[in-house]
Amino acid sequence: MSLLARFTHVANNYGKATALGANPFKVRMEKVISPTEAIVNGRQTTLAGTHNYLGLTFDADCIEAAIAALRQEGTGTTGSRVANGSYSHHRGLEDELAEFFGRRHAMVFSTGYQANLGMLSALVGPDDHLVIDADCHASIYDGCKLAGAKVTRFRHNDPADLEKRLRRLAAEGGNKLIVIEGIYSMLGDEAPLREIVEVKKKYGAYLLVDEAHSVGVLGERGRGLAEAAGCEADVDFVVGTFSKSFGSVGGFCVSDMEGFDLLRVASRPYTFTASLPPSVMASVRAALKALQERPELRRKLHDNAALLYGELSRSGFTLGPVVNPIVAVRLEDPETAIRFWNGLLERGVYVNLALPPATPNGWSMLRVSVSAAHSAKQLMHIAAVFRDVAYDLGILEMPVRAAAF
Amino acid sequence: MNGSIAVAEAGYDEVLRDVMTFLNDQTKRRYEITESTNMARDLNLDSLAVMDVLLALEDKFDVSIPINHLAEIQTVSDLARTIIDIKKG
Repeated sequence: MSLLARFTHVANNYGKATALGANPFKVRMEKVISPTEAIVNGRQTTLAGTHNYLGLTFDADCIEAAIAALRQEGTGTTGSRVANGSYSHHRGLEDELAEFFGRRHAMVFSTGYQANLGMLSALVGPDDHLVIDADCHASIYDGCKLAGAKVTRFRHNDPADLEKRLRRLAAEGGNKLIVIEGIYSMLGDEAPLREIVEVKKKYGAYLLVDEAHSVGVLGERGRGLAEAAGCEADVDFVVGTFSKSFGSVGGFCVSDMEGFDLLRVASRPYTFTASLPPSVMASVRAALKALQERPELRRKLHDNAALLYGELSRSGFTLGPVVNPIVAVRLEDPETAIRFWNGLLERGVYVNLALPPATPNGWSMLRVSVSAAHSAKQLMHIAAVFRDVAYDLGILEMPVRAAAF
Repeated sequence: MNGSIAVAEAGYDEVLRDVMTFLNDQTKRRYEITESTNMARDLNLDSLAVMDVLLALEDKFDVSIPINHLAEIQTVSDLARTIIDIKKG
């Protein structure tokens, strides 16, 4: 039997997804023009599926900082910080992150994925319990596997369900670490953090919040859901990524936990990975500065999200429950979603295709991510193209006046 | 517990029957479910759907079934035995 034979069902689904047009998993950005535009299949395309929330990928200060670091410190660190040492940017970035979040400690990882792997695998062991929201990201599920702790899921965004499961675990020994996200990447909905904090306190558990999609997006200063909900002191660990609002790559964790620095040698995904190159960290530091000094970016992001959400909602699409920069458009079935995604791409609009089992409740969706860099004109265009495709596929009925032409 | 079953007293046959009833309801009786039915292969349940089955069965039997057990749970019989083992502690 072939080594890959166990992926037969994956191959079948993959075949179905690619048979209806372009390959949704292999889109080639032939030329990236700006945070919101690229050439795809020779066509000028509006990007609405890149989670570039603050639009900083082409920010002049971020680019200049990266170039300067590249010239001064070279292209890469060629190894882990444990083996090759920490560059000034590693500690500089960690100090600035700790200060930004008002925490005693910060630790930088090479990707957001590794930040979850690195934290979960080091914080708990086989005698402990991870209690995770059912809709958590794959990196959290993979971190759970690496941790070896007993893993219990609770129903998405349901504090009463969390409490029920913690109650069942109350008699068992070991620490309990609750893991949730700030904004969930599929539907754009937020965790009911205050209620979850109440349950956490009642059962003496710890709480880790992955704010990958909410740092730079939520909170008066952009510190994420914990800031927006006013419960930062009750969140033991905040994990985040540099690949969304910060416009680069990498991940981090901040905390006030005593002994946090031990994780630098206890967390294998941290210890045994090549560290971030200086140029990446320099651009992230510039992005962190922009995030703090330019709150207008966050305001623009929310105005843009409201504009697109309103347009699509009024058009008759079924959307995620909250207005956030992730606008999830629910469709009937995988085939409709794939056809819709192709229709958009053929008309020059790029969004994310999200199919089960990666989606909650087995839904088929298109995930649109809004950026502060989108103009109102671009967003109106995206909404108009969504309507066009929906009319073509018979999902929405064309308004009488438009149909008369 | 409301709607939960006292598994500690229940034998394998009873738990198996309850698991099968539950799976029949979940899959809208589209399949012939037996003790040896493989949930992923025969019921066409993806990994997430199997985890959701565990989530619901935790409530039905008022037990905690860590998803670490997933690798060992392939058939309906495996699932019933896991529930009994966990409840016995």
